[in-house]
Amino acid sequence: MTAAGSVSAAPATPGPGRRALAVFTRDKPALAGAVVLVALMAFCFLGPLIRPTDQVHTDLGRANLPPGSPGHPLGTTDLGYDMLGRLMTGGQTSLEVGLAAGLLATFIGTVYGAVAGYFGGWLDAAMMRITDAALAIPALFLLVVVATIVTPSKPVLTLIIASVAWLSPARLIRGEALALRSRDYVHAMRLMGGGGTRAVFRHIVPNAIGTVIVNATFQIADAILYVAYLSFLGLSIPPPAADWGSMLSTGITYTQVGYWWLIFPPGIAIVLVVAAFTFLGDGLRDAFDVRLQRTRRNRR
Amino acid sequence: MTDSLLRTDPRLPTDSLLRIDDLHVEIPARDGDRRRTVHALDGVSLDLAPGEALGIVGESGCGKTMTALSVLGLLPGGARITGGSVAFAGTDLASAPEPVLRGVRGNTIGMVFQDPLTSLNPTMTIGAQVAEPLLLHKGVGKAEAWRRTEEMLRLVGLPKPGERLRTYPHQLSGGMRQRVAIAMALICEPALLIADEPTTALDVTTQAQILELIDELRTRLGMALILVTHDLGVIARRVDRVAVMYAGRTVERAGVRALFAAPRHRYTQALFAALPERAADASQPLATIPGLPPSPADRTRGCRFAPRCEFASERCETEEPPLSTDEGASRDAHAFACFHPVPPDADPVAQLVPAVPAPVPVPADDVLLRVTGLTKDYPLRGGPFALRRGAAVSAVAGVSLSVRRGETFGIVGESGCGKSTLGRLVVGMEPPTAGSIRFGERDPAALDRRARKAHRREVQLMFQDSYASMDPRMRVAAILREPLVIQGIGDRAGQDARIARLLDDVGLPRGAVDRYPHEFSGGQRQRLGLARALALSPSLVVADEPVSALDVSVQAQILNLMRELQREKGVAYLFISHDLAVVRYLADRVGVMYLGKLVETGPAATVFASPLHPYTRGLLDTADHADPGDGAGVRPSAAPLGGETPSAADPPSGCRFRTRCPYARDICAREEPMPAEPGAPGHAVACHFPLAPAAR
Repeated sequence: MTAAGSVSAAPATPGPGRRALAVFTRDKPALAGAVVLVALMAFCFLGPLIRPTDQVHTDLGRANLPPGSPGHPLGTTDLGYDMLGRLMTGGQTSLEVGLAAGLLATFIGTVYGAVAGYFGGWLDAAMMRITDAALAIPALFLLVVVATIVTPSKPVLTLIIASVAWLSPARLIRGEALALRSRDYVHAMRLMGGGGTRAVFRHIVPNAIGTVIVNATFQIADAILYVAYLSFLGLSIPPPAADWGSMLSTGITYTQVGYWWLIFPPGIAIVLVVAAFTFLGDGLRDAFDVRLQRTRRNRR
Repeated sequence: MTDSLLRTDPRLPTDSLLRIDDLHVEIPARDGDRRRTVHALDGVSLDLAPGEALGIVGESGCGKTMTALSVLGLLPGGARITGGSVAFAGTDLASAPEPVLRGVRGNTIGMVFQDPLTSLNPTMTIGAQVAEPLLLHKGVGKAEAWRRTEEMLRLVGLPKPGERLRTYPHQLSGGMRQRVAIAMALICEPALLIADEPTTALDVTTQAQILELIDELRTRLGMALILVTHDLGVIARRVDRVAVMYAGRTVERAGVRALFAAPRHRYTQALFAALPERAADASQPLATIPGLPPSPADRTRGCRFAPRCEFASERCETEEPPLSTDEGASRDAHAFACFHPVPPDADPVAQLVPAVPAPVPVPADDVLLRVTGLTKDYPLRGGPFALRRGAAVSAVAGVSLSVRRGETFGIVGESGCGKSTLGRLVVGMEPPTAGSIRFGERDPAALDRRARKAHRREVQLMFQDSYASMDPRMRVAAILREPLVIQGIGDRAGQDARIARLLDDVGLPRGAVDRYPHEFSGGQRQRLGLARALALSPSLVVADEPVSALDVSVQAQILNLMRELQREKGVAYLFISHDLAVVRYLADRVGVMYLGKLVETGPAATVFASPLHPYTRGLLDTADHADPGDGAGVRPSAAPLGGETPSAADPPSGCRFRTRCPYARDICAREEPMPAEPGAPGHAVACHFPLAPAAR
């Protein structure tokens, strides 16, 4: 007795990730976002190798040169750093801290939320009251307080931002986990004798992965903005290191004298990277949604 | 016909109310980057005289609902009629403009849908919804509309219709909601009522009431009826003529008696043979139809059924058989689209059942599972300020039963009777409120963590919806490996070998390991579900409605497979189902549940042949058999169970069945009946006034 052999012949079915990728590549804005991100990464991390500039020693003799000056296509800053080169090294800080903080926050939030949602009961209640309490404190206020107490370096900055940002993914994934834990496949696994760890990491998190990935992109965008806020307020990594936020902050001082090239390049860079991550996130969300629709349609 | 929009086309025949001729419906679809056309209907022909009842039967996906929807011009988005005609009272509805269709819908053609919960608007009162078609089509005043609505609600058997006018759908039970939906369809006194699976979502006893109601209203209002269903039992006694559909085509059309007595198309014949109630005797495997219905996207030449038909010849694969008859051109002639029809005098079933009568081994008298006084209450939570503290839904109340090694114990009952909860308690998914569950000498509740994990190997659950029970992000290999990994059985190579063996056992190709669950059909997924349940070689599998979501032909495959594997592996089944025919076929012993109580237990043959409890009797009488009967002497005393199951949150005192029992007396309300064995040993009943064993 054999059931219809339609499943036997063809090669292995591509995984859900690959199918999501296929849908994603058809999404023009998301693809544009991805391209912009890759370009910005290359600009920030490969740029300095091709066009090395001195971003440590000040040169007041060449301060505030306008764009188009010989050797300085984007001009120089108030301390004589090459603007183009500074945009690259500053971008490194923004992107590194943003990516690391966004991913760290997503990771902590996912595990925290999945555990709270899966186990439920008093554990869930306790864990969620903690996040509620933490969310009640304005994030920026918290960041400012912490940043004034410790001297920020890249790892410290990452930790500070992640410690605030993990709250929203935690609540989001907890909601998913609440729905997923009553699925039959989780029951089935428990009836086989499996425990909570397996449920959380093999069933809950993988099935919430769409939400997790989409949320991660938004978290990264947020983290990059946080870095910018903090450094704009002068609470970032001390000079001579720079990031886009601190560059903006410096530029503001010279608005009255018309040194526009101190403001526009870092400002545009921030807008560009945040917009790119947002488009990417939207595209990913659609990609995962379509995957689900297709699964549903195949169901009979 | 009051509608001026309906004009008569002289070319169309007028002796029939509805005539569908060679109807084709196509739906454009996208599969990845390829554009395809799904041929949802590919040549459907029907006709219906005024006042006549026509049944459309077929398995899921055969296009029966699509046919009903195309009559009303309510095809789903993108679908369009590409050929043929739908003549209703002289108008071609297939080409009619929207305003004409709107004048017909709910006015001269009424429609009842499958799910009364979704076909009623939850934000509108019953009265407003039922009156809506009247206000739309008949232009009556509001007072008059309400008066007629109340009258119609009384006609469909809604108690206290005047009060119900202002209630909302969620305040009514499923059966009552379906009555409201029928009232809504009938309020304009249509010439034709289309009922699409009107009772599929309902319980057996409610189903009987609703079908009875439709029947009665049809004769009373003199309307025609199209009853669309997958259930041959529903159609057998309720219609005059039947059209059988397969893969978007009408394959057979005949009077109901003629069809059930002697189907001519090979598909219809196979469909009948696959019915569990038609199995010659329970020790025989059911006849099955190999393979699956073709996908409507792959249009093949020739007969659609040819790939699954054992009588198919070369001609069947190249030439499409026309719908023809060998009885002359009368309208009532038995028509079929088959080149190799069943000879008219053949016994339809005997031919197909293969002769492999491996006798069922008699289960050893070795009790595997013993359940004593099992009780489960779910506390009702009414919020922090609830007045009724301690209120609870009594899902399972004092159930005692035993299952022997290698036997099948069937649990039957209507929805809400606690049969699924019983299954969940037995597998240990939930702790019981009271009572004990013992496996041999072992009490799982008393085991420590480690021992309980090991005990899980002994008892596994087979889910009703096997799709939901498998992680959609896991491939089959991972799904089947999971129990082995959790229980630490074998190394990777050993597990792979075991998975391959399991797939062989359930008749799936080994290549299935690289697939995801959504790529399988319902029947294949149920095979996977069985494979996973058997992966740990349990001694008991609790199967909760494992075949109720499947088509008849696929259901037969799964039932055969379950029985075959039981024979091979000696596993016992606790088989939970609402379908009496399936339980009768598969089970060695049965238990009948009503509102949390086990009211009757005994050997399956005895219980079904001579039920002792009035409820069991009522269930058996109301269940629709796929048999139109000969009109005389069949079930003379058939009294369908009236009323509805009371709420389990507030069960009746004493005997819980007394509120619906025709024999109830005072003692039934005072004292709860204890199980006793008034007749044959092993046949227990909990009733003060059990029926005499010879009552049937």
